[in-house]
Amino acid sequence: MLTKSLTKLNSGESCRIQKINAGMNATRRLYEMGLNTGSNIKVVKNDIGPVIVSIYGNKIAVGRGLAEKIIVGD
Amino acid sequence: MNTIALVGNPNSGKTTLFNALTGSNQRVGNWPGVTVEKKEGNIKYKGQIYTIIDLPGTYSLGSFSEDEIVARDFILKGNPDVVINVIDATNIERNLYLTTQLLEMGAKIVIALNMIDEANAKKIEIDVNALSKKIGAPVVPTIASKKKGIEDLVSKAVELIHKNADFKAHISYGENIDREIENIKTVLKDANLDYPADWVAVKALEGDQYILKKLEEDHDLKVSNLLKNLKDKIGDFELEIIDKRYEFINNITNEAVKFPEEYIETVSDKIDKVITHKILGLPIFALIMFIVFELTFAIGQDFLGGYVGTAIEILGSAVENLLISLNAPDWLISFFIEGIIGGIGTVLEFVPLIVVLYMLMGILEDSGYMARAAYIMDNIMRALGLQGKTFISMIIGFGCNVPGVMSTRTLDNKKDRMIAILINPFMSCGARIPIYLLFISAFFPDHGGLVLFSLYFLGIVIALLIAKIFSKTLFKGESSYFIMELPPYRFPTVENVLRNMWDNVSEFLVRAGTTIFIVVAILWVLAMLPVGVEPYSQSSILGKIGTFIAPIFAPAGYGTWQAAVGLFSGIAAKEAVVAILGMVYAGVEEGTALVTAIQSAFTPLSAVSFMVMTLLYTPCAATLSVIKKETGSTKWTLFSALYSFAIAWLMSVIVYQVGNAIGLG
Repeated sequence: MLTKSLTKLNSGESCRIQKINAGMNATRRLYEMGLNTGSNIKVVKNDIGPVIVSIYGNKIAVGRGLAEKIIVGD
Repeated sequence: MNTIALVGNPNSGKTTLFNALTGSNQRVGNWPGVTVEKKEGNIKYKGQIYTIIDLPGTYSLGSFSEDEIVARDFILKGNPDVVINVIDATNIERNLYLTTQLLEMGAKIVIALNMIDEANAKKIEIDVNALSKKIGAPVVPTIASKKKGIEDLVSKAVELIHKNADFKAHISYGENIDREIENIKTVLKDANLDYPADWVAVKALEGDQYILKKLEEDHDLKVSNLLKNLKDKIGDFELEIIDKRYEFINNITNEAVKFPEEYIETVSDKIDKVITHKILGLPIFALIMFIVFELTFAIGQDFLGGYVGTAIEILGSAVENLLISLNAPDWLISFFIEGIIGGIGTVLEFVPLIVVLYMLMGILEDSGYMARAAYIMDNIMRALGLQGKTFISMIIGFGCNVPGVMSTRTLDNKKDRMIAILINPFMSCGARIPIYLLFISAFFPDHGGLVLFSLYFLGIVIALLIAKIFSKTLFKGESSYFIMELPPYRFPTVENVLRNMWDNVSEFLVRAGTTIFIVVAILWVLAMLPVGVEPYSQSSILGKIGTFIAPIFAPAGYGTWQAAVGLFSGIAAKEAVVAILGMVYAGVEEGTALVTAIQSAFTPLSAVSFMVMTLLYTPCAATLSVIKKETGSTKWTLFSALYSFAIAWLMSVIVYQVGNAIGLG
């Protein structure tokens, strides 16, 4: 998988966070919630509204605008 | 006395643990950030009493929000003898992030490895001994909801109080950062700081605004030179420090925790497929809210309400007989029966209903549904220039606007927060229910749930419309990003739900006993003066005040002095409205007399118009004071009081005039 935005993934797909292109505050909060570069995450739901991702079953909803700035890959 | 502080992530079961430890009153929520205040309780262990301080649930101890600053300041400056760090065992890596920060502070910690049963069910294997060794602190597995491991936890915590131990973890942040930390420490050696120098060094490199500001206030030349140097470097270091903390955590978990190969889908995941469904989500949310109000009405009003009413009548006649047998003067009998028992009693009749509403709200919060509601609403909220979390503060406002306004603290952008505060009073709080119920039983006895639901719905619509207008005019700019944990669904514990309900209901009762009592007493006096006047008549002082205001409300269909007096008293406390209406309309005989009086004074249309007015108009004194506290601005507090009155009046007039025009009058 080439790197792409988190919002491009389908529900059920797994990926690894490569880069976060958001502002410092948002990036920091993502990191603190366990969504830092290198984390393995699974897309639980991506249709309308925030994207829900899971880290070992722990679910976090990320607003679409922010999810677009999360770059993921294999 | 020794103090024990309790820290942990939101949803880690920290509040449940606090309840299990102390058995004291405490509000429990399943969405991040309900615990905004410091709560205390006492425990007794081996004859000694210890104070337990429940710190706000946070993911980190930075200066991101007020909650984080409160928590870390208490740990560093409040000198707790020991800190219990509650960790959600099912989500150990993320939870250990907070732990590393506690270790950076050098806090003496005991780890409560909570929800260990859920971790087992998920096949997450945790080697408690290895974990304890790696972290360098005692680890006690607990199941707070079943009160398991509590005693062991307390004994470990107490043991630690009397032990001198070094808890400082030596986390390496990489060569560059470590060198910078040493540099800063040297500079800060003589500076007069409230915090440990090495901790300040890490925080400064992380770009912690609060700490940087503290350093700026230090006028030492060396420190200001240091700051100048730091400014360019912080950007690079900030995320690296967080990464290094995770590296430290991975180092721990690699040895102590084994995750299952395949993730096992839980019941929660299955429920979420339906609850958060893109098409079903919204109707399910509406249905849940509708059921909440129907149940509130059915159980609270129809079933339980009558008993309280009867009890008050019995009490009233007992007191009356007693006073007559004591040869009390007429005016005193009137004061007790009409003023006190009549006034407060009218309010007390609605207690069962409020009990039911708060219990249902507590169940929604504890079950984890509130976070989903925020998720579902994020789309709609975003279209209005807001974000999903704002909706949670609105739902909390349904209980009472005071905690509703306070809960906006979880919004980290000023624009979101100001709008959320200003629209919160449109959420119909528990205190307004008695007013609706009075008018419902007078005019729409068969459609109570529907009327109630419509009013709540109107409140939401108006709030959202106003939010949209504000975000285009008064508060421009981007709405903040949305990140929110969706905790697993849990069965709410009876204890937590009852405790949460009692916290709120007792506050309602205290208000009924104080503010409402005072308002009722003052208005009773005004209704009796000048001496010799017919009590509660238009020629009393109260009647004259009402008569003076009344014309404003004429276009809305209730330009009577009685209605005006009722609305006027509602600014002190909404609960007072019904009590006052009881005084001025019925001279307070029995509950049914008031309903009859309302039936002859209002029409169904003007009743609706009046309910719309009470739904939307000026927030009560308690809410205004919390708005003042949270915005720190008298100007915005006044604005809140006035603009909501204007909108309420306008809507009320529209309802009445349009209703008349299309022949509903």
